[in-house]
This record gives sequence, structure tokens and C-alpha cells, in this order.
Amino acid sequence: MDILQIFLNESFWTASLRIATPLIFGVMGALLCERAGVLNLGIEGIFAAGAMAGWLAVYLGAPLWLGVGAAALAGAFFGLLHAILTVPLGLSQHVSGLGITMLATSSAYFLYRTALPDVTSPPRITAFQPLDTPLLSDIPFIGPILFEQTALTWLAFLCVGLVWWMLDRTPLGVALKAVGDNPDAVNAQGLSVYRLRFAAVIIGSSLMALGGAFLTMSAFDAFFFGMVNGRGWVCIALVIFASWRPGRALFGAILFGMFDALQVRLQTEAGAIIPSQIFLMTPYVLSIIALVLVARRADYPRALLQPWFKGQR
Amino acid sequence: MMQLQQRQSQSMVMAVLIPVLAALVALLLTALPLMLAGANVGEAYQQMYLGVFGSKFAFTEMLTRATPLIFTGLAAAVAFQARLWNIGAEGQLYLGAMAAVWIGTGLIDGPAVLMVPLVVLAGALAGGLGMMGPAVLKTRFGADEVVTSLLLNFIILIFVQMMLEGPLKDPMGLGWPQSMPILDQAALPKLMDRMRIHAGLPLALICAVIAQIMLTRSTWGFRVRAVGANPAAARHAGINVNRTLLGVAMISGALAGMAGVSEVAGLKGYLTSDLSPGFGYTGIVVAMLAGLSPAGVVVSALFIASVFVGADSMSRAMGVSSYLADLTVALSLICVLVGGFFGRFKVSFAKKATA
Repeated sequence: MDILQIFLNESFWTASLRIATPLIFGVMGALLCERAGVLNLGIEGIFAAGAMAGWLAVYLGAPLWLGVGAAALAGAFFGLLHAILTVPLGLSQHVSGLGITMLATSSAYFLYRTALPDVTSPPRITAFQPLDTPLLSDIPFIGPILFEQTALTWLAFLCVGLVWWMLDRTPLGVALKAVGDNPDAVNAQGLSVYRLRFAAVIIGSSLMALGGAFLTMSAFDAFFFGMVNGRGWVCIALVIFASWRPGRALFGAILFGMFDALQVRLQTEAGAIIPSQIFLMTPYVLSIIALVLVARRADYPRALLQPWFKGQR
Repeated sequence: MMQLQQRQSQSMVMAVLIPVLAALVALLLTALPLMLAGANVGEAYQQMYLGVFGSKFAFTEMLTRATPLIFTGLAAAVAFQARLWNIGAEGQLYLGAMAAVWIGTGLIDGPAVLMVPLVVLAGALAGGLGMMGPAVLKTRFGADEVVTSLLLNFIILIFVQMMLEGPLKDPMGLGWPQSMPILDQAALPKLMDRMRIHAGLPLALICAVIAQIMLTRSTWGFRVRAVGANPAAARHAGINVNRTLLGVAMISGALAGMAGVSEVAGLKGYLTSDLSPGFGYTGIVVAMLAGLSPAGVVVSALFIASVFVGADSMSRAMGVSSYLADLTVALSLICVLVGGFFGRFKVSFAKKATA
């Protein structure tokens, strides 16, 4: 049957990882924020800002890694803003996050139009190229799938490892998780709740922006309007699906990538009989189903969405 | 050392002053991107003003743009009062528009007195059912309605595209994915000659009045606010929280659906997949600027519509990207949030006491 052929083809697995990469950055970012007790719905806009900042830097002549840095900086900026609004001011994390998404998206679009007022087709940049690792790339099947991705995919994997190690193996991680569960206890230990939450939201937002940067600097090689297309929201769903654990979040992102890659291939197979839109919907539908399945068992950080004020119980 | 003290109650003056100040600050902050774009800031503001108040046509255009925003603003205000995070108004708008087109392009025929209410009700029902999905998933399975209603927006938009290439496609549309035109007797009548302003506006105003009365003067409104303030306490007081949430979802979705009806049956005449430039999301800003009060929604929708129409006109005259309007709208939301903080707390800076 054709389905089996799809799975046996290495291009399917390469595509799955490529689709998963921005989501891996996004889920790690969202996970960091939420583990510290702050929901960051700014993610959809921070993706756009990261995509724009990285693309613009490279378009203006910066080296690729400087572009990655620019994206991370843009993410950090909007993360800082979200942290100010939600941590010391304790404003609604939902509304502030949506505000950040609107602000970051419109900033990115406005900047793009201001930099390139008359361009109709988006200019391309020389983006990250697939790595060609000597020896390893020659391993049959596995080689091309793993070792011919771009450097950013590897950076994403590295981030998963770092986030996992930090959360599970360092005192900082213990404090960060505690601040999302019981900020009073953290405060009683003499640690600063504010400082921990600021750090988590700023670093988490930088990671989200790298997800956006992957879109312009590794996937599409150009910036265009609407390119984020709900990827940020999918990440928020994936974090719940993963029950706030980095390993499961990585698994969820790759699973999503596989479904998306599969849907594109099924579209070409069955496009004549079934409308292509049915396939386009499936990743979003599956995200909702996944969310419903885990919702009751979800192990929410206990202080998620709860503002905490110094000197107030 | 910064100290926060919760205010006993929020005065009416503050409730009006904060959003007005927030809107002004957002307009002032818009000068930064204008300077970045190299525009003459004073002239830009003048062009924006003229784009709204410069002519009778400009002013009616602003009212036309405000119409869907009143609907989506009400949708967000009603839901948010119960702390039901309906972020899916954009999708519900399209569901309403699809229902209007389905009924109004020839499925049934009759005089306008019958057709217009039918089209409006169908759209409201479709939008309401659209929000029932996430609400049921929340009350039955505990699934976060923020994420489900957001993701549903993307699913519905793809569904619209599918319908516009399938059953709803206009065979006379020269291959464009658009629906057949709404019959004249099913369309919302125009209010003035040679202007685009239509009966959607009075309909939106009536909805605002009803919502205001229901929320502030009825026991239902009391239940909604109780559920929003503290679901556990509301349950203890004998309020059926889930039933209240489902009712709110239905009404909120119906209001968003009517935005779609109003756009398709009042303004455009036929459905395309770019009917709404994000009216659903902008409705959230409208509602927040209004402090979630239905009466306030009308005023803040007029402000946001002025920003969009003014920026469009300024953009045409001066070549500054019209995405400027989206920036101003986002800034207004951030400003009103910060303003709300100063409304709720009294901030004092006391020197550390020397014991």
C-alpha cells in the first residue's frame, strides 16, 4: 500500500523533522514560561517578530548567526514586556499575551513594509543550508534524515537537552519549577520570585523567536505575511499535551511534524477524490483532539495564571 | 520601596478616564513608528483626522467599519465577563457569514420582512454553535477553551475555503473562489444613498443595549458576573456554573456570527475567504478598552474603527504602511491594561522605614 511506501521514504522523515523544528523551539519556550507560572500567549506574535528580525538582519548583510541573535533579541524584548505586564503588575496573562501577539505581529509587518515599500514578491536570502556531515550522512536511511538537516534543527535538539538538564538537574531548575507551583515557598527561601519569572519569560520568549527565525532562515528563505499560521498556538497545545515535560514535548512536536508531512503526501495521493482542505485541517483537528484526551490528567503548574505580589498573601 | 494598595472601589470617573487616557497614549506612541517610516508626524496625524472627519463619506466609512467591531467587541465582552476566553470570534464570524450565504443566496425565497430576520438568525445560530464546541470541551473534558477556540479559527477558515471551492462556489464567478451574491430581499438594507453604511449598525446598537441591560439588570447577568469572579463561590451559591458558561458561549458566538452576517449581507454581498481582516481578534481590544461594558464597546469600536479608517487614508496619502493601524490598536490594548492596573491599585513609593 502507498502509506507504507511513504513511511519507508527517507524524505518523509526529513520533512517531519523540518516541520517539527520551529515547534520544538516554540514548545521549549512556552514550557519554560509556564513552568515558572506564566502563560505566554505572545508566542504567535513572537514567532513573527523572530522571523522578521532574523530575516531582516541577514537581508541587510549580517552573517546568519548574527541573524539568529537578532531574532533571539527581538524575542527577549517582547518577553520582557510580557514579564513586566504579568509579573510585577500581575495583569491578566491571557489578555497581555494576546496584546503581545498583536503588537509583535504588527511591528513585524510594519517594519517589513517600511523597509521594503514597493516589493511585491518577497526577496529571498541565502539561508542555512543542510549540513553534510562526513561519514554520518552516508549511513543509509538514518544518515540523510538526521545529518542533512540545517544547523538550526540541531540547535533545537540542543535546546531540548539544555532545558531538560536545567529543569531536572540544577538548583536553578528546582527553583524555577517551584516558582510555578508555589511562589510563597520560593519567597520564604529568600529567592526572588520576580527575578526567576522574568528570567523564564525572557529566555522562553527568545526560544520562541528562534522558532520564527527557522521559518525565514531555514525553511522558506523569505518573509511573508501570515507565515506563522497558527504554529505558536499549536505549541501552546503541545505543551499541555506534553504535561510540561521537555522530553514529551519533543516527542509531541515530532509527532505533529509527522502528521503534517503525512497530510501533505496523502494530499497528492488522494487529492482527486478528497478535497485538499480536509488534509490541511488535520494538524489543527489533531491538536484539539490531543488536548481533549489529556485535559483531565494534565498536571498544570499549580501557580500558572496566578499573579504573585511581594508582601501580600 | 514600591507598595501596592488595593483601592476600595473604582470610581466612575476612573472607569472612563483610564480607557480615554490609554487611547490617547497609544495615539501618541504611534508617532514612533511614524518617525521610523520617515513621515512628517504632524501631517500624518492630520491626514488620519481628515480620513475620519474630513467628509460625510469618510465618517460613514468609519461607522461602517465600526459595525462588525461592535459585534465582535460584544462577543468578547460577554464571554470575558464570565471568564470564558472566547478567542474564536474570527472563526464564528465566518460561520455566521457562511450560514447567511447558504440561506440568503436562493435556498429559500420570500419577502424581505421574512428573509432578513431569517438570515440574521441563521448566522447567529451558526456562530453560537461554533463557540459551543470549545465550551462543551471545556465543561465536559476540561480542555482549555483558549487553545481550542484559537485552533478552531484556522479549521473554520480552511473549511470556508473548501466550501467556496465546492458547494458554495458561484458558477458565474469566473473561477474565483467566491459565493453567489446574496439576494436583494435577504440583504441588510443600506441606510443612505451612495454610502456603504447599512442596517448592520442599528442592529449592532440594539444588541449592545440588550447586552447592557441583560448584564447589569438581570439575574442572568448577575450569574454571569458571579461565575467570572469566582466559579467555586458561584457553585456554592447554587449557580449552575456549566450551564451559565454554555449560555454565555452561545450568546458570545451568536454575536460574533452576526458580525459575519452584517459584513456579508450588509456590505460585501457575497462571501470570500478574506471577508474579515481580523475583526474577531480586534474585538478583544474593543472589549478590553470598554472595560467589558457593552455600552462602552460602542464607544471603543468607534475609536478603533477611526484608527483603521484614518490610518488607511493616511497610508494612501503619505505612503506609510497601513499596518500602522494594527500597531496603534495593539498599543491601545497594552496601554489600557497598564491603566487598569493603576485603576485597581494605589501605588505609593515609601522610603524603607528605619526601624
